[in-house]
Amino acid sequence: MEEKRIVLYINQFFGQIGGEEMAHIEPQSHDKPIGPGVGLSNLLPKNCKIVGTIICGDSYFNENLEEASATVGQMIKDFNPDLVIAGPAFNAGRYGMACGTVGKIAHDMGVPAVSGMYIENPGVESYRQYLYIVETTNSAAGMRTALPAIAKIAGKIVNSEPMGTPAEEGYISKGIRKNVFVEKRGSERAVDMLLKKLAGEEFETEYPIPVFDRVEPATAIPDLSKVTVALVTSGGIVPKGNPDRIEASSASRFGKYSIEGLDGLTSEGFQTAHGGYDPVYANDIPNRVVPVDALRALEKEGKIGKLFPYFYTTVGNGTSVANAAKFATEIAHELVNEGVQAVILTST
Amino acid sequence: MVKEIERAGIAVVHICTVTPISLTVGANRIVPAVAIPHPLGNPKLSAKEEFGLRRKLVEKALNALSTPVSEQTVFED
Repeated sequence: MEEKRIVLYINQFFGQIGGEEMAHIEPQSHDKPIGPGVGLSNLLPKNCKIVGTIICGDSYFNENLEEASATVGQMIKDFNPDLVIAGPAFNAGRYGMACGTVGKIAHDMGVPAVSGMYIENPGVESYRQYLYIVETTNSAAGMRTALPAIAKIAGKIVNSEPMGTPAEEGYISKGIRKNVFVEKRGSERAVDMLLKKLAGEEFETEYPIPVFDRVEPATAIPDLSKVTVALVTSGGIVPKGNPDRIEASSASRFGKYSIEGLDGLTSEGFQTAHGGYDPVYANDIPNRVVPVDALRALEKEGKIGKLFPYFYTTVGNGTSVANAAKFATEIAHELVNEGVQAVILTST
Repeated sequence: MVKEIERAGIAVVHICTVTPISLTVGANRIVPAVAIPHPLGNPKLSAKEEFGLRRKLVEKALNALSTPVSEQTVFED
């Protein structure tokens, strides 16, 4: 069989360069498999070879989307691959966005791509139409099941074998409809489904209706000098010592902390509890994440009516969408009761 | 979180660095920030300059809150 060339894209962590303190590194290219590439090499069909690995810091990629895309795109091109594998990224948001972007870059070059992500990774919703994304667990503990699934799909693509449905193959639906011949005609299948539904049995729809949960933009506030503004963050700023022990990742709670009489957040009083970014800058000056100093100044000048005397905080790092929505619903309920009309929400 | 706050009828502006994520989660008013580990700051600047930068970003966010929008809007420079 003809040899197939595969390029792997991974972040600084799986590239064995470092953790959050190395998330700023620019793309680099190596002509051998690294990190998960070593395991993948053994799982891919024999005619597949990982000819190169591209490593980039998660923060660099997301903060410099255009430059990073151009550089990584050129690096991919230089390897002249038959397929690109990105990740797997599990539930790491920045990594998932990077892997999705890499998938789109490859797609635009006419090169197919495969990744692996947890279903709630924002990279899924943004990029799933451009690449095959194997559904993984929410943490790297699932590497052992993710890699064989990725290798299987990658092998099928490069060797032009027929690809099954998302459910059969374990990838997340790309939203593509395919015409197929089946035994029973549509009306019979529809009646079968209806009968199952009436009997309370499980049935599988042939065309899931997409769910769009969008909220209409709130009405603009013409005069902010008359309203109370509250600060909310997913950046994990908490009082020093993290008294409520908000988790560094997969947060199960939020905190509400007083800023009454404070002209800003100092490193003596506050810190970050977030485990998903380099904490040095936020610990040094917490205003960099929750801008109490700037809002206090604007309050004194009368540009806003009042700064709400508490800020709300949680850690948006692998935190489930269900939990985040629950926290925000409770926070919003309190704010409405307190007469707050405007919120500035900051994210890292 | 942005969506649930807005659903309750409160005007909300999202200050964040990775604006594509913000668009995915359904924020309607988005102000791009400086960097992931310091969205409203820049350690390379002097304290005074950095405060000026932060204040400008917050003012931009307030401006977004007082601007009528009919769809998801990223408030670029």
